Amino acid sequence: MNTMAKVEHTEHHGPAAGLTRWLYTTNHKDIGTLYLWFSFAMFLTGGCMALMIRAELFQPGLQLIQPEFFNQMTTMHGLIMVFGAVMPAFVGLANWMLPMMVGAPDMALPRMNNWSFWILPFAFAMMLSTLFMEGGAPNFGWTFYAPLSTTYAPPSVTYFIFAVHMMGISSIMGAINIIATILNMRAPGMTMMKLPLFVWTWLITAFLLIAVMPVLAGVVTMMLMDIHFGTSFFNAAGGGDPVLFQHIFWFFGHPEVYIMILPAFGIVSEIIPTFARKRLFGYSSMVYATSSIAFLSFIVWVHHMFTVGLPLMGELFFMYATMLIAVPTGVKVFNWVATMFRGSMTFETPMLFAIAFVVLFTIGGFSGLMLAIAPADFQYHDTYFVVAHFHYVLVPGAVFAIMAGVYYWLPKWTGHYYPETMGKVHFWCSFIGVNLTFFPMHFIGLAGMPRRIPDYALQFADFNMVASIGAFIFGFSQLIFLVLIIKTIRGGSPATSEVWDEPHGLEWTIPSPAPYHTFSTPPEVK
Amino acid sequence: MKPVKSAQQKNRSMVRTLILSCVLMFGFGFALVPLYDVFCRITGLNGKVLNTGPNAPTGSDKNRTIRVQMIAVNNESMPWEFRALSPMVTVYPGESKQAAYLAHNPTSEKMVAQAIPSVSPSEAAQYLHKVNCFCFDRQPLDSLETREMPLLFVIDPELPTYISTITLSYTLFDITSTKAAESDLLSKSAQPNSTGRNTL
Ligand code: HEM
Ligand SMILES: [Cu+2]
Repeated sequence: MNTMAKVEHTEHHGPAAGLTRWLYTTNHKDIGTLYLWFSFAMFLTGGCMALMIRAELFQPGLQLIQPEFFNQMTTMHGLIMVFGAVMPAFVGLANWMLPMMVGAPDMALPRMNNWSFWILPFAFAMMLSTLFMEGGAPNFGWTFYAPLSTTYAPPSVTYFIFAVHMMGISSIMGAINIIATILNMRAPGMTMMKLPLFVWTWLITAFLLIAVMPVLAGVVTMMLMDIHFGTSFFNAAGGGDPVLFQHIFWFFGHPEVYIMILPAFGIVSEIIPTFARKRLFGYSSMVYATSSIAFLSFIVWVHHMFTVGLPLMGELFFMYATMLIAVPTGVKVFNWVATMFRGSMTFETPMLFAIAFVVLFTIGGFSGLMLAIAPADFQYHDTYFVVAHFHYVLVPGAVFAIMAGVYYWLPKWTGHYYPETMGKVHFWCSFIGVNLTFFPMHFIGLAGMPRRIPDYALQFADFNMVASIGAFIFGFSQLIFLVLIIKTIRGGSPATSEVWDEPHGLEWTIPSPAPYHTFSTPPEVK
Repeated sequence: MKPVKSAQQKNRSMVRTLILSCVLMFGFGFALVPLYDVFCRITGLNGKVLNTGPNAPTGSDKNRTIRVQMIAVNNESMPWEFRALSPMVTVYPGESKQAAYLAHNPTSEKMVAQAIPSVSPSEAAQYLHKVNCFCFDRQPLDSLETREMPLLFVIDPELPTYISTITLSYTLFDITSTKAAESDLLSKSAQPNSTGRNTL
């Protein structure tokens, strides 16, 4: 009963005023907002870099930027999008939604939550500052293969290493918080198999983070030691082996790509049932499929290394293991399609993004299957075909899912409906832009254009021009998104607490905008 | 008060477990280094060569011959002249074969080098036994000195029959500026010193 008194007391607190509100906040909604804005800023920063790359590639020949700077741009673009845009966006959504979805008053460890966010701006300030350093920013690609990133690296690599350490610590703290919240803070009656799928996918993602972020920290630590302390982990002259770098990196790297897609699966699994007005088809099979994807993601990393000189058995094992992932992934895709089948569907912006996700992510999955064929990968590896593959899974995959989630929950956060027409314009511009950018990359990749080069042979000119035009359409249409969000925060027609037509989930039982403190008394879940 | 406290305790013990898992996974990342070496050595993958020394296989198989191609590569800025005395030798499996590489230091400084072997196809690596190899040691050369560096090897008769050519490649690294090379630079005699890295 004492708890009740305490809870009621805190209920009267609103947010503190001014900047310190954001600096010291331990409120999951504030921290979610911070994460989302940070991620959006990084999305635009990384996007500017991508546009510089595409501007240079608009025509063959070198016209705008020097090759050295081009390499810095590809590297920074990749790192910023992965660690600065996509991952923090998912953590932001988790912060906002998980406590509301499981019926908890806040995250389990609110103060740690504040830390895990505020480390990020420092990490990225450090990373971006390398652009102004002597010798330039890291230029060895987001995969930072040794010895390019050790023996041949610019001096700024040390700052890069510390930035990665900080991001890693931030992600690990975020993951610990999420696991503790989901396992310990559920409202009475909220059993594991009643958890919304967004919660489930995040739980599994958090375990992946705990398992692989330390390995990433380990590999950059080894680099640091090779560079400054004379060890030879990756230096053949001293008895090390550069191929070892690739093994450790991809042991982290492959689960990492699933870290960027599992929460997206969760978001889409929330949205499609709402706008199809049906229950999600195959809830438990979704949970099992997600878990098996997470498990399999640990035994396929060598598919990034088919060309390093593996024995036949190795090629075969990793080829089949990789193809196996397509099975649980297929289960998910069929479940989404089955959910829509004979539903009374409407096509509001979140649903448009979610459907585009299903279609375009599947294209990315298929090109992944093509890459998984080891003998074929000798042709595709390090060409634009790989670039097409991972951009299809990451942009209309992860990024579209994030946008879908933002549209879906924005009325809950702000209390206003967003302008629907504007949302649809944003969707169609993005959709056209994405496909114009990345679809031609399949063709130029198959024709043999290598990735990460600032100049190319004449026969690739037309498709590159199309891709560059698409990139600018996609890039600038994100400004529509920015304006839309600001407009919705400022005003708009008031949202009901349900927001949509009979959506499922605890978050729709609280008023819009969600009050600063929710579920101070746990709800009863039937 | 009680329920709140127990939730906090639950959180605390969970945080402890999760942090411990992180520490373990960090350690696992480092454990991959020796694991990888052991794995490569056992399987002979990645061209890593097993050096059995004296207990190399005996008894030769005169029914087939194996071509051993010997390649010399200078790493990056290594200025030495480095080549195999004879680029290809033909051996019977089980036969001990003596071969040699020539190295010449054309600079005006004393330098120290380390040769790193690699075998292709990688399946053959575990069947190539080096009884003695200049790659076991660091190689100091005075300015303008030339040395013939010996290599004694045996090919295991167990070598799969579909392999008829083995390429043995040595990459020569300049390690003059490393800690390990200090003693070589100081010593007057140009005798090679063991690096203790016989597994290479
Ligand atoms: C059916 C599922 C998938 C399969 C079979 C698959 C297969 C592959 C293969 C074989 C490669 C290596 C290609 C090469 O370098 O030659 C690759 C690269 C890549 N994949 Fe996938 N993939 C799948 C799903 C995904 C998903 C869901 C994501 C992320 C959300 C993703 C992100 C990436 C990235 C980022 C790379 C490139 C890494 C780099 O070299 O920079 N993939 N994929
Ligand atoms: Cu992968």
